Amino acid sequence: MSPSGNTPLPRAGRALPRAGSALPWALVTPALGWTLLFFVLPFIAMGFSSLTAHEGGGFTASNYSQFFTNPSYWQAMVNSLQVTAIVTVISVLLAYPFAWILAEQVPERWQRLALMLAVLPFWTSYVVRSYSWLLVLAQNGVINRALTGSGLFAEPVQLANTRFATVTGFVHFFVMLLTLTIFANLKQLSPSYRKAAADLGAGPVRTFLHVVLPLTLPGIMVGAFLTFVLCIGDYITPQILGGNNELLMPQLVMMQIGRRGDFPLASALSIILMAVVTIAYLACARWLKIERA
Amino acid sequence: MSAQSASRNPLSILKSHLHAACAATALLLGAGSAAEAADLNALIWCDHADPALLQPFEEANGVKVNVKEFEGTGAGLAIVEQSQPGDWDVMVIDSIDVPRGVEKGLFEPLPEDKLPLADLFPQVKMDGSTVIGGKRYGITEKFGYNTIGYNKTKVDPADMQSMAALTGDKYKGKVAIYDYYLPVIGMAALAIGKKTADLTEADLPALKDELLKMKANAKLVGEVTASQTALATGEVDILVGGGEWVTAGLAKENPALDFSIPKEGAVLWSQSLAMFKDSKNKDMALKFIQYIMSPEGQARLATSSCYWGMPANTKAALTDDQKKVLRFDEQPGFLARAQAYPAPNADLDKKMQDMWTEMLQAK
Repeated sequence: MSPSGNTPLPRAGRALPRAGSALPWALVTPALGWTLLFFVLPFIAMGFSSLTAHEGGGFTASNYSQFFTNPSYWQAMVNSLQVTAIVTVISVLLAYPFAWILAEQVPERWQRLALMLAVLPFWTSYVVRSYSWLLVLAQNGVINRALTGSGLFAEPVQLANTRFATVTGFVHFFVMLLTLTIFANLKQLSPSYRKAAADLGAGPVRTFLHVVLPLTLPGIMVGAFLTFVLCIGDYITPQILGGNNELLMPQLVMMQIGRRGDFPLASALSIILMAVVTIAYLACARWLKIERA
Repeated sequence: MSAQSASRNPLSILKSHLHAACAATALLLGAGSAAEAADLNALIWCDHADPALLQPFEEANGVKVNVKEFEGTGAGLAIVEQSQPGDWDVMVIDSIDVPRGVEKGLFEPLPEDKLPLADLFPQVKMDGSTVIGGKRYGITEKFGYNTIGYNKTKVDPADMQSMAALTGDKYKGKVAIYDYYLPVIGMAALAIGKKTADLTEADLPALKDELLKMKANAKLVGEVTASQTALATGEVDILVGGGEWVTAGLAKENPALDFSIPKEGAVLWSQSLAMFKDSKNKDMALKFIQYIMSPEGQARLATSSCYWGMPANTKAALTDDQKKVLRFDEQPGFLARAQAYPAPNADLDKKMQDMWTEMLQAK
């Protein structure tokens, strides 16, 4: 059986260009050029900048050593990793059942509409959405009014300008993203797997744990990785919702640029952040392959 | 310039070329800045982006003013470094930082006889910073105070006459801190009895203690919009570093907002206009500065939609209501008790920023 099921493979020599032809290079050149211009060159520039002294120029490694010797800088990375881990776990836990309900419980004809409603918050500006959360979580916001109005709390609770607010803003965004990736994975799953499991005597829980969950793990990991990457590099949400009561890495980077125009230190901190993302990628790499067995 | 280039190491030259390439790309990609030689290209703070301020000038002179907003002198000078000479015509800069631009050879002397210097509040001319080597490189256009902003229906205004209220228990959790290290460090200096102009590295431990006490009482540390929002929505009742720039613009919607100049004093902020030496449009740049310094321009700038502030020109064409909100008539008394921003050298500035970062990270 062919990997593509019943679809016949294109005949070699007709649909595919001959080996040695210039066509593949011509096709890939725009993408390569784009990557070179907007990733490789800026990255090299950032690398050079990170090894330059802010005052007077000249080669120095002090921009990197500052990160390891200044506890406030190091704490920013710890904060970033903590927030990102919390956001990723909560987002997966919320998105999976949501995607499951969409894929399995919602009738096929309503799924498109349900998905559209699920991604509706994407349509609003990220900044506006963050400020909206600030108003919802504020001392005089909807939640605190409900809590004090119902008598559950005598005084308003501090929700805005906290890590809780930052995590809430992030989760609101990333649950949608994860729902899409997990939903796509669930829809690809052939019903015959579950039928086979049932034929072999597995109950719904066992089928889920031993068949469905492992097969949807790539979708979860792709979504989780995207969440990790986008969350750890985000500046807007913690800046608006966190109240600067703790600094995350992107805020620390922006602080160097905005306050002192210290591009070398900002570059070094950014490269350290990229190294962390690379490590996360390597940890998830086995699930992030395009081809599947 | 050539001697400077010859003495630079290859890494600096490469960095400079990369910066130039990045800047050229950014300009090509249509930031809209430095668009045409006939346009006026201005590096500005957000108050200058108000169409109500720019349109009358554009219409009167048949020119388009392209603006690029930035916050903080460091960021502004970084933009200039990454641009080509002649990209920019005028710049808004903290008055105390005018010498930094002059040291870098960026600014053109301004013709004093063509500017209304005699009409300025004498205390805000800040000749110590704006006049260098007998030449004027900047003119103060707007000023105000980083002091205590508060909601007078929520706190006792008498308490706001002392900075001790900011670190005491009475208003714990009701305080926000404006997220700009220099003025708030200046306020901390005043609170411990130091002059902002005399701060040295030896003062940092005492300043840090004071900042940490403020942070322990604070609900948030926010930039302009966040701190304004927090005070306006009742999230906090006191803003450390607040002043007329927060309360005046919101006076119509929230007349309960006010500011005090406590007995310890306040930190005077002052912004200047400077012209670039390499400007390709110096005549228009001077006209722009003259317009901003005119009574009409001053009134529009003082009441800009981004933030209000005191006009430097005593003849600003403000309405009586606007003067009342800005407490125009009380200025001589306020100015007498105000001290300028701390003006640290590069090394102390870095240490102050690290201290500020430490304060932000403190639980």
